[in-house]
Amino acid sequence: MALGVNPGLFLNNPSSFRPEEAGYRPAILGTIQLIGGVILIIVPLGISAATYLELFADRTRWYNRIIELNIQNLAGVPSIVFGILGLAFIVRGIFDLGFVVAAGSMTVAILVLPTVILASREAIRAVPSSLLDGALALGATRLQAVRKMVLPAAAPGMLTGVILAVARAIGEAAPLLLVGAATFVTFDPNFWDGGYSALPVMIYSYAGRPQEEFHVLAAAGVLVMLVVLFFINSIAVWLRARFERTW
Amino acid sequence: MEQAAKNEVFSLKDMSVHYGSSLAVDSVNLPIYENEITALIGPSGCGKSTVLRSLNRMNDLIPSAKVGGEVLYHGQDMYGSDVDPVQVRKVIGMVFQKPNPFPKSIYDNIAFGPQTLGMKGNMDEIVEGALKQAALWDDVKDRLKDNAFGMSGGQQQRLCIARAIAVKPDVILMDEPCSALDPISTFKIEDLMMELKKDYTIVIVTHNMQQAARVADRTAFFTVDTSRGEGSRVGTLVEHDETTKIFSNPSDERTLDYVTGKFG
Repeated sequence: MALGVNPGLFLNNPSSFRPEEAGYRPAILGTIQLIGGVILIIVPLGISAATYLELFADRTRWYNRIIELNIQNLAGVPSIVFGILGLAFIVRGIFDLGFVVAAGSMTVAILVLPTVILASREAIRAVPSSLLDGALALGATRLQAVRKMVLPAAAPGMLTGVILAVARAIGEAAPLLLVGAATFVTFDPNFWDGGYSALPVMIYSYAGRPQEEFHVLAAAGVLVMLVVLFFINSIAVWLRARFERTW
Repeated sequence: MEQAAKNEVFSLKDMSVHYGSSLAVDSVNLPIYENEITALIGPSGCGKSTVLRSLNRMNDLIPSAKVGGEVLYHGQDMYGSDVDPVQVRKVIGMVFQKPNPFPKSIYDNIAFGPQTLGMKGNMDEIVEGALKQAALWDDVKDRLKDNAFGMSGGQQQRLCIARAIAVKPDVILMDEPCSALDPISTFKIEDLMMELKKDYTIVIVTHNMQQAARVADRTAFFTVDTSRGEGSRVGTLVEHDETTKIFSNPSDERTLDYVTGKFG
């Protein structure tokens, strides 16, 4: 066998009996969609939650203390619990989305949201208060001062939080199994409709097969996942560098 | 007796400040006159910065702070229920102890205030005017797009003054503006203050008595009152008068002790 990567690894659909032709195509696309959805949810939600808690919330109020306590505790909850919650409330229940990528995105987003919030709060706290004071002393409203001074200054730190969250989200298999990521899909995923798979789930499936070739395929899948992770992180690092230059 | 003709910009009437349940400053009665420099001096913890920060409602940012008595601004109660602190800060600017330029270009530092407040007019002219008034234009006119952090400490502080001027305030409050600066930068800022008092009313908190003696028309001396029981440290206004009188012939012994360097 020649050294080098067979493009079929990325481009082919999985096969249950021909490991030499089996690939990760639906799983890669599934993971990209899934993570895209996660980012769309966690960036606005995480940043606004952190901004509220750090700059607007009155800490002496009981409801703010409960929110704070919950966020800290949620960061330590096993991911499978989020999977069950996702199944009950997102796949079925209130949202009733069915077993689709969107449901997976929402579930994983909730799972990693505490990471984003905690990192973003840390980033906001690191912005010197003289910046806020300076803007307020000029007659800016609190909202203007926060939006134009504090948030741009905290943006690089917040992006670091998003990177950490995405790195975690990309490797999660347990909650996805519960919210419908199938182990065997031979078509491209659609965000709102139909079955999907994701890289860790697919790897798990290949690793569990009896044939030796599938085990090799699972190992290759891990490498593929690392490449996807690296790709997503590069975008984040690039964005971060851009933000740092403009403020 | 010429003071009688002067306009009172601020009148503090029996003003006090609490932080939570502890009294920080008590019964301050102080007039501040238009187009003068008023210096607030006194030892650490005497409440002079607290008084200063209550003049543009920056104390509101500390949730536990509570101002009692009356702070009148041109006869209007500044802590009245219908007064918006944001509006107050538009007309009463502030310069802080440590220069705090925004992490932006020199130009954007000045333009931030006018832009945020939606001021009309040519922004280039506003920026140039503010920098000229702060005697900074010649230093920076060729590098307006450079980051403000590349300036020296003294220049940064003058930039902060220019930034405050750019929104066309009525009063400029200065909280120990020279304490982080070298003597030459300090001299430049003092020079600038003398120039600015033609157009603005200036209130300055300073640790440096010579500075008060050099620039201020009137000086108010604060001290810490520890006589009110165990562990209590309440700031009080001892006296206020024309600067020359405070430094040569004060009416209170504590002022004399302080200005002659016996304590503090």
